[in-house]
Amino acid sequence: MSTATGGYYFAPPSKWPVVGSTALFFFASGLILWMNQIQPWGNASLLVGFSILVYMLVGWFSVVIRESEGGMYNKQVDTSYRWSMSWFIFSEVMFFAAFFGALYYARAFSVPWLGDVDNALIWQGYDAKWPTAGPYLDKDPAYSFAIMGAWGIPLLNTALLLSSGATVTWAHHALKAGHRGQLVLGLFLTVALGFTFLGFQIYEYAHAYSDLNLKLTSGVFGSTFFMLTGFHGFHVTLGAVMLTVILFRCMKGHFTPDHHFGFEAVAWYWHFVDVVWLGLFLFVYVLV
Amino acid sequence: MANAAIDANAATHDHAHDHHDHKGPWTRIFTTTNHKDIGSMYLWFAFLMFFVGGAMALALRAELFRPGLQWMQPELFNSLTTVHALVMIFGAVMPAFVGFANWLVPMQIGAADMAFPRLNNWSFWIMIPAAILLMASFFVPGGAAASGWTLYPPLVTQGGIGTDMTILAIHLLGASSIMGSINIITTILNLRAPGMTLMKMPLFCWTWLITAYLLIATMPVLAGAVTMLLTDRHFGTSFFNAAGGGDPTMFMHIFWFFGHPEVYILILPAFGIVSQIIPAFARKPLFGYASMVYATASIAILSFIVWGHHMFTVGMPAAGQLFFMFATMLIAVPTGVKIFNWISTMWRGSLTFETPMLFCIGFLCMFTLGGFSGLVLSIVAIDITLHNTYYVVAHFHYVLFPGAIWGLTAGVYFWLPKFTGKMYNETLGKWHFWISAIAFNITFFPQHFLGLAGMPRRIPDYAMQYAEWNQISTVGAFLLGFSQLIFLYNVVTTIRSGEKAKEKQWEGADSLEWTHLPSPVPYHTFETAPVLK
Amino acid sequence: MQKMRNSPLRTILSTGGALLFAILTLPALASYDVNIPAPATPVASQIYGLHMYILWICAVIFVIVFGAMFYSIFKFRKSKGATPDVNFHESTLIEIIWTIIPFVILIAIAVPATRTVLDMKDTSNPDMTIKVTGYQWGWRYDYSADDVGFYSSLSTPWSQIGQPGIEASEKQGNDYLLEVDNPLVVPVGKRIRLLVTSSDVIHGWYVPQLGINQYGIPGFIKDVWFKAEKVGTFRGQCSQICGKLHGYMPIVVIVKSEADYAKWIAEAKAKWSSKPVIAMPAAAPAEDLSKKFTMAELKAQGEKVYAANCVACHQATGKGMPPAFPSLAGSKVVLAAAEQQLNVLLSGRPNTAMQSFAQLSNTDLAAVTTYTKNSFGNSTGTLVQPADIKAARK
Ligand code: HEA
Ligand code: HEA
Ligand code: CUA
Ligand SMILES: [Cu+2]
Repeated sequence: MSTATGGYYFAPPSKWPVVGSTALFFFASGLILWMNQIQPWGNASLLVGFSILVYMLVGWFSVVIRESEGGMYNKQVDTSYRWSMSWFIFSEVMFFAAFFGALYYARAFSVPWLGDVDNALIWQGYDAKWPTAGPYLDKDPAYSFAIMGAWGIPLLNTALLLSSGATVTWAHHALKAGHRGQLVLGLFLTVALGFTFLGFQIYEYAHAYSDLNLKLTSGVFGSTFFMLTGFHGFHVTLGAVMLTVILFRCMKGHFTPDHHFGFEAVAWYWHFVDVVWLGLFLFVYVLV
Repeated sequence: MANAAIDANAATHDHAHDHHDHKGPWTRIFTTTNHKDIGSMYLWFAFLMFFVGGAMALALRAELFRPGLQWMQPELFNSLTTVHALVMIFGAVMPAFVGFANWLVPMQIGAADMAFPRLNNWSFWIMIPAAILLMASFFVPGGAAASGWTLYPPLVTQGGIGTDMTILAIHLLGASSIMGSINIITTILNLRAPGMTLMKMPLFCWTWLITAYLLIATMPVLAGAVTMLLTDRHFGTSFFNAAGGGDPTMFMHIFWFFGHPEVYILILPAFGIVSQIIPAFARKPLFGYASMVYATASIAILSFIVWGHHMFTVGMPAAGQLFFMFATMLIAVPTGVKIFNWISTMWRGSLTFETPMLFCIGFLCMFTLGGFSGLVLSIVAIDITLHNTYYVVAHFHYVLFPGAIWGLTAGVYFWLPKFTGKMYNETLGKWHFWISAIAFNITFFPQHFLGLAGMPRRIPDYAMQYAEWNQISTVGAFLLGFSQLIFLYNVVTTIRSGEKAKEKQWEGADSLEWTHLPSPVPYHTFETAPVLK
Repeated sequence: MQKMRNSPLRTILSTGGALLFAILTLPALASYDVNIPAPATPVASQIYGLHMYILWICAVIFVIVFGAMFYSIFKFRKSKGATPDVNFHESTLIEIIWTIIPFVILIAIAVPATRTVLDMKDTSNPDMTIKVTGYQWGWRYDYSADDVGFYSSLSTPWSQIGQPGIEASEKQGNDYLLEVDNPLVVPVGKRIRLLVTSSDVIHGWYVPQLGINQYGIPGFIKDVWFKAEKVGTFRGQCSQICGKLHGYMPIVVIVKSEADYAKWIAEAKAKWSSKPVIAMPAAAPAEDLSKKFTMAELKAQGEKVYAANCVACHQATGKGMPPAFPSLAGSKVVLAAAEQQLNVLLSGRPNTAMQSFAQLSNTDLAAVTTYTKNSFGNSTGTLVQPADIKAARK
């Protein structure tokens, strides 16, 4: 059965979940093999996993889109999606919290401790100043690095993301007011801004590695810097891809002024990514 | 196994609008979106994992039967300890709770199914790759992770490929838990039948609502922590490496920020089950419903600020130790309120002692003992002598086995008649209870003594003065294992050949699945919302 | 209720009870320790007192709470015709009372508990300071003031421990797994400050009777203190899982009188000067560095040393367990000139399982180096002599 109480839509049996798990199995195994340099199995498994994953995402989402466009989702279903998306974003917030926590801990505790009198017994003459590659690596010139200035590309990126937040909101208003043209334009700009951000981010990484000698391996500074900005960049990528999908759906005339949670969900996600960036800009770039 | 239970409830439902289950049982298991199917799948998976984890525990106990190495190399012992814990926590207890949530939440709030049936099925199936990785890790070079389930660096950094498999398994299990929790929260918040206000909800739904919140808040943090382990292991980051300015203690902080709420994740749904069962056999409403809800909520909130009590020996400043000590002690208050409410529910009741009730009474006594030993451990100074000794092992088995496992066992006996329409064998059930009650205490009570006398945990071999209690503990463990086989036998025979259960098997039971639905419950329930006065 | 008569309850209570009794009355000679061992420091005594205090509080609460429960179990059973009082299910007053009472009890516990914490943490003005370093799998003690340092590790022979499948060939002694070659020695009645750390993974320096349990965390120094009030020998074990031999790295502390301690430290100075970092195993014969061994001699001795120290990680085949434990067969370092390998052996590899093996004697190091250079399919033909090791140390 597929519809029930008050027309709340309950999905019929579906193969996609199992397909998804298969994908994850190969993906995880691939990752493990790859990390332990067991090749070619690693890459092969990764490839298989990734392709099945894409197949699953396309398949599953097109089902959802068909159902949604088929008007099977009533108000109550819509509310379910709102709740779930909010909780999902909350879980993402907690994921980033772990890494911000690591950054805070390193700056407030571990590095100062390593520089205190007791630890001088182990780390002779380490002056614990942030940024640092740590008491051992700091001694090694091969690890000395320069930091990423906040007021160059990062500032530019902040501007990019903030304005992309504005454009997506504009698009949303257009959607509600039924102005398709503005909607598509607004979304297009958002996607464009998003990918420009990514472009700059990639450039910045290249710059860090080649000119600043700032690497993932540059002690706890490098670790926190690249893991935080990296995971953020990854989320921007996801967001941008999802926005692109939404853009195409809008061009195909999907969504109506009062039924378009697909759009809103992605917009929410985009704003979340935006807020995380503000945190990064402040704690990773400005306050070093 | 899985089909048995599924067919048990599929048997009776009308095939009119069920196009799908004419396909083979496997197709059905793979593709089902029915909360009862998925609930059964979760429960059977958990049951299997409980036996696997239990078998590992028995292996540990066998090695600890007497001093010296008899059965296994220390590395294998450490791996068994580690995987035993992970399997029991992530493979047995948590999936079992989710299984009950799947079965009961929709029925108790008068909904037709979970809010996201497909996602529901995926949350289950994600656990399978994880389980495969975890089990397979025993057979790769270097063996399974051997650092204890707490995975402290830098020891994990020495681990081989098995450690990576464990870490990835944890990622997957985390994803599964998060999806499951989002599903449950959404169902509870958005699919309640008209008139089913939050404060009318059965307590089981309340405890799960709060548990789901804990899961969504902490699982991502665990994912972050193990991700940092992975990058420290393979990509040269220095999160937990002093040479690079990191700190192994940082991992402990992040891990226990997840870890302590996790232990309440392992008990709150059991609280919920007990709160359903005791009133049923006292034939009177739960005492202090509202205060039960508030107590559960305060336990959950407090659980976020007590994690440091696992780290009293890392050498944190006195201020830190004191803060975590006071915060931890505070949790005794709301937990106490719950205990008192349960006992007052029995007070002036009209009690009978069928198997589910026996397990709940066992739960009350033994969990409280575990709580007391927890309180003892929360005192910084005392924890200094007891940290990482068998006293801790005793503590958490007292809260986990009579707490989580007996809570679940009581639930199984209580709802089996409703799920399958068959009644279990009461005498066997009583045997199961009394044997495991005695065996459990023979197994774990002596471990308090071992801990006080200073026997460290996670060791395959020990000094002479610990020999006697260890011997007794091992004997108890095998008896305990035997009692679990009675359980298995009872459940299977009930499904196969139990006699017909009444619609309202327990006269005192008052939640919707008992008052509004036949036994066994049809495959589809509450397709039109029940009418609540 | 007659339903109970044929129920397992009676049967079990009798048989189970009997079983429990039987078990609890095992051989009289058996030692059933049931409490914290006799404290030897002020803090340890405070801990002991605290534990008894809280134990009693909990016992009383337990009796009261479950007294109430069992009362209702017997008084309010249906079989006795009890009828439910369905209106007795709410009372704000009661809820408040049983929120406040436990809170008060907790305060009564918290006050003395806090005092002890403050004592424990006050490491100020010690009489002497000792650096404690955990490694896989043993301890190193450095007496900073006296420039004395030595390694301390398990002295129980493997013949008592046995191997899976192989019975222990020797009877386990009284101090089985609680005995070390070189115990930590301290004077009685002095405030002793320990700087605890580790050279590889986290270890736990745990001696219950001294009231100390402190993680040694690689790269960090954490300090604790104790003041032993009586002379004697106090035993403990590593409390934090640290890999394969976590169960086999005990701690022995001998508290001596002022005089005896003075004698001991004098001998210690003669035996172990803390730099260069060498500690001869107590039993090791004085070695003669001029001696030149033959390949056969070195390989024979080297095989023993390898089995004792290296095989756990690098395996009997020398193939190790990559990636964690690299293979020695065909390893660049092993095939290269002796200096390279000796460098690794003497100073270890930072942040890996490869610790420093400087504590081994020159002869042993020479032997094992030669052995690895000429086994597992390696055939460099290189001979490394004790003198080369002596040269390489520094
Ligand atoms: C179901 C899981 C569960 C639960 C519910 C608890 C509950 C508690 N735990 Fe436990 N704990 C674990 C699972 C759990 N724990 C695990 C798995 C570990 C080990 C992890 C590892 O290292 O591997 C652990 C370890 C652990 C430690 C660390 C020990 C160490 O490593 O040194 C501590 C220390 O404070 C602690 C304390 C507590 C306390 C105070 C409670 C409280 O919530 C208990 C509250 C209950 C009561 C107190 C009883 C009922 C109350 C009354 C009757 C009211 C009156 C009582 C008083 C006024 C005293 N636990
Ligand atoms: C819910 C959690 C849970 C549960 C239910 C259990 C159940 C049991 N545990 Fe577990 N245990 C932990 C969680 C749990 N444990 C954790 C978190 C740790 C810490 C790990 C660490 O230090 O990192 C631990 C550690 C731990 C240790 C310490 C190991 C060490 O420090 O080295 C010991 C030792 O006695 C032990 C024993 C047992 C026993 C005897 C049971 C028994 O209750 C099990 C009884 C059940 C059965 C025996 C099942 C029936 C099985 C059979 C009848 C065998 C035949 C089966 C097949 C055919 C497959 N456990
Ligand atoms: Cu060292 Cu355990
Ligand atoms: Cu805890």
